Amino acid sequence: MSFDNHDDGGHTRRKVLECMTWAGTGVLWTLSGGVPRSLGLIDAAKAADKAAEQQASGLTFLQISDSHVGFDKPANPNALGTLEEAVNRIKAMPVKPAFMIHTGDISHLSKAAEFDDADRIISQTRLDVHYVPGEHDFLDEDVKLYRERYGKGTRGAGWYSFDANGVHFVGLVNVVDLKAGGLGNLGAEQLAWLEQDLKGRSKSQPVVMFAHIPLWTVYPQWGWGTEDGGRALDMLKGFGSVTVLNGHIHQVMQKVEGNVTFHTARSTAFPQPAPGTAPSPGPMKVEDARLRSLLGIASIDFRVGDERLAIIDTPLAG
Amino acid sequence: MIKPASSGRSIRLALAVAMLGSAPLHAETIKVTIDNFTFTPAQVTVKIGDTVTWTNHDDIPHTVVSAGKYRSKTLDTDDSFSFTFASSGDYKYFCSLHPHMTGMVKVE
Repeated sequence: MSFDNHDDGGHTRRKVLECMTWAGTGVLWTLSGGVPRSLGLIDAAKAADKAAEQQASGLTFLQISDSHVGFDKPANPNALGTLEEAVNRIKAMPVKPAFMIHTGDISHLSKAAEFDDADRIISQTRLDVHYVPGEHDFLDEDVKLYRERYGKGTRGAGWYSFDANGVHFVGLVNVVDLKAGGLGNLGAEQLAWLEQDLKGRSKSQPVVMFAHIPLWTVYPQWGWGTEDGGRALDMLKGFGSVTVLNGHIHQVMQKVEGNVTFHTARSTAFPQPAPGTAPSPGPMKVEDARLRSLLGIASIDFRVGDERLAIIDTPLAG
Repeated sequence: MIKPASSGRSIRLALAVAMLGSAPLHAETIKVTIDNFTFTPAQVTVKIGDTVTWTNHDDIPHTVVSAGKYRSKTLDTDDSFSFTFASSGDYKYFCSLHPHMTGMVKVE
């Protein structure tokens, strides 16, 4: 179910991220390099790049998404159980990742007990987790539980940025103030903040931007895209390495455009159909034996000097 | 023995008298279902005083929101929301979680 879409037009691109996707468990990203090699940069910039490259080496982090704790419908009557299976896999990793990002829909209905259960399981990874909310995390009447738990040090509805090993990470919120007939939404306030956040940064610094709903247009008929996502991406023009990580669509999709790699992670709760292959994007019921085969392992390698991405999906079972 | 014809006439007469009044004699409840991320029917036409009841049949929660007019709580599977329309007009609405889902209530 991977979408391997290359729009690179044969340009030499650097590949800074190495990614191992565990569909259904998480996505492991390893930074294995980090600077453009063919942009004709001046010497000083080259030196800065070298420093950035050295700094950026050896970073490994995980992406987990769409836990939907509390979901108990036929597509997976035990979403908490499959989250636990994912966490057990993370615990068994031979190399401990630096941290994890969670790209939203932690809970199914924003109930306190659902957030409690999610935290109880996810904390077993003993990893720092950087969250962004999904639309399912803002369903409590006062819309306060997510922000109370995960919103410390964030702005607006929960956006923020941080640096790790020379890589700039930006967590965005595109699930609030949605407009009738529209898609995901970042809004003017968040875009203004993003512009300031990126201002003055070295274009050689790798950027990882993550949000719940895809920031690129995957399938607008099902709302799979972000109305003003293009404005955020415009601000990243000129940066040598940009990686955009999303969830929401419960399946792996990948696209490369110039220096931007887009990737969506699978859910730990239930699969959703490929665009247009079902009457709606709702949870996809498959035979029990097949569920974990859809939650299989995929590895995605970005290697310096490679023209194309290598995507290898390996199912956990079946 | 009372003739059926005569009885039918008197009922029609009673209805006609009642309908002359300004208040609706019998407000209706119109059902809209949510299946497969779609409001069905997408447009309903009702009279003032009528109630529309939305019921979510999906495995995913939805909402019914008409900006500035009415707003349901989150509707989990098989939950319903009702709104009684007191004035005429076009009430566009959508699901605030899945904004590509839109519908319309026309109140005459």
